[in-house]
Amino acid sequence: MRPVAVIGVGLSPWGELWRSSLRDLFAQAALKAIKDSGAPRIDSLLVGCMSGGLFNSQEHVGALVADYTGLKGVPATRVESACASGGVAFRQGVLEVASGASDFVLVGGVEKMTDLSGDGATFALSTAADFDYEAYQGATFPALYALMARAHMDKYGTTREQLAMVAAKNHDNGLLNPNAQFKMKVSVQDVMNSVKVAEPLCLLDCSPITDGAAAVVLAPVELAAKLKKGPLAKVLGVGQAADAMALAQREDITRLEAAELAAQRAYKMAGKSPKDIDFAEVHDCFTIAEICAIEALGFCKPGQGGKFTEQGHTALKGSKPINTSGGLKSKGHPVGATGVAQIVELVEQLRGAAGERQLSKARVGLAQNMGGTCGSSVVSILGREGK
Amino acid sequence: MQPQRVWREIPQRYRLEAGQCRKCKKIFFPPRLKCPDCGGEAFAKLRLPTDGKLLTYTVVHTAPERFAKLAPYGLGIVELSNKVRLTVQIVDVEPEELKSGMPLRLEFRKIHDVGHAGVICYGYKAVPA
Ligand SMILES: [Zn+2]
Repeated sequence: MRPVAVIGVGLSPWGELWRSSLRDLFAQAALKAIKDSGAPRIDSLLVGCMSGGLFNSQEHVGALVADYTGLKGVPATRVESACASGGVAFRQGVLEVASGASDFVLVGGVEKMTDLSGDGATFALSTAADFDYEAYQGATFPALYALMARAHMDKYGTTREQLAMVAAKNHDNGLLNPNAQFKMKVSVQDVMNSVKVAEPLCLLDCSPITDGAAAVVLAPVELAAKLKKGPLAKVLGVGQAADAMALAQREDITRLEAAELAAQRAYKMAGKSPKDIDFAEVHDCFTIAEICAIEALGFCKPGQGGKFTEQGHTALKGSKPINTSGGLKSKGHPVGATGVAQIVELVEQLRGAAGERQLSKARVGLAQNMGGTCGSSVVSILGREGK
Repeated sequence: MQPQRVWREIPQRYRLEAGQCRKCKKIFFPPRLKCPDCGGEAFAKLRLPTDGKLLTYTVVHTAPERFAKLAPYGLGIVELSNKVRLTVQIVDVEPEELKSGMPLRLEFRKIHDVGHAGVICYGYKAVPA
């Protein structure tokens, strides 16, 4: 397998963007990434998109976005794994370059979510759960994560305040990110006083509905080193796993077993352990998700995610900064784009190009992306190579 | 919801039919063709007990359109007396009275009003035991 580097990154604007279509969003991010990469050509395109069909009555997204990115003729593949679509597309792209099948691969992610009403979007998202046995009964996504939150509180004594601290912290980070959708200060009290969605989760525990796209260009390290001056963002490891779709069928509702497995595989491939990770982007679709994710990644012991957050370890200036971008919570969550946008944040931090939110120590970063209630998860580890 | 989609789930929704792996005896609801634990492919049909306890719960305030009339409603994961777990609405109890560990019983109820094809969707809900 050839070592792989991320040589270009790009984001479209993120938000409620009535003027932008699915194809336009993708092309905006992709063209930026291609320009940033300096790649002489693109051999293959992968696009993470959860539900062009439900959100935009548009399937066959691979060919559509290839056409509008000026890449007619390349193999264009759409990858779907609910909210992990982008992260899974990234892993597929890495494997494609590593295998030698392609040299320059564009991996993008896109979701155009505001073409539907709020209820339509809620329905589309609910199809990432077990439709016949969860959504049929009246379970929404916030409701399923609320079940995890309650179980975590019952089992480990995690508090309502600790959940809110995740949101407050991520909004603090988002304030420093010019690309964030919701750049606003949110206090722990604001979160707890916001309207109840599915108890114990309130509106400000939930990530928003977002239109947006993200893209990266991958290349084998040997070619990347010839193209790019300065340090390279090298892919050190990728891992992916699936779990029971339905939350009720998991042995332990408080654990994200697919994320644990994906992390173990990524750590093994990278030859790293949790203590080697300087910073991470994790899938905080709900506040409880970040708490469970940092446990699954081994940053703290099972059950200690709330306390770890309360102690400030996950803050921008903490010992293990989590979601320096603002996370899904503040940056936004265009579901298919999220996993790719996490990689964009890692690369910007590794390059030292993260502006006001730049970490002083950013040599190894990790991204964790998940679909549904973690029926699938993918973990990628990137490192800065060279000077 | 088209009638055939509702109809084919009748054994599970009306009669709580599960599958028990003949090799390792583990019970699956809904039934499966292959046991994820032991790899067994032979299953016996079995009816789930209706008594259990509440493992974890939420009160849903922001509900999908077809459940909007019911909100706020209780939703939880119930562990039945044979350890099988399912996601259910919890009714005939005030949402603030829900408590992890409380004893519950499954009952046959209407789940949503009317699907797109005009069918009424039935199934199981949990009530305090
Ligand atoms: Zn078995």
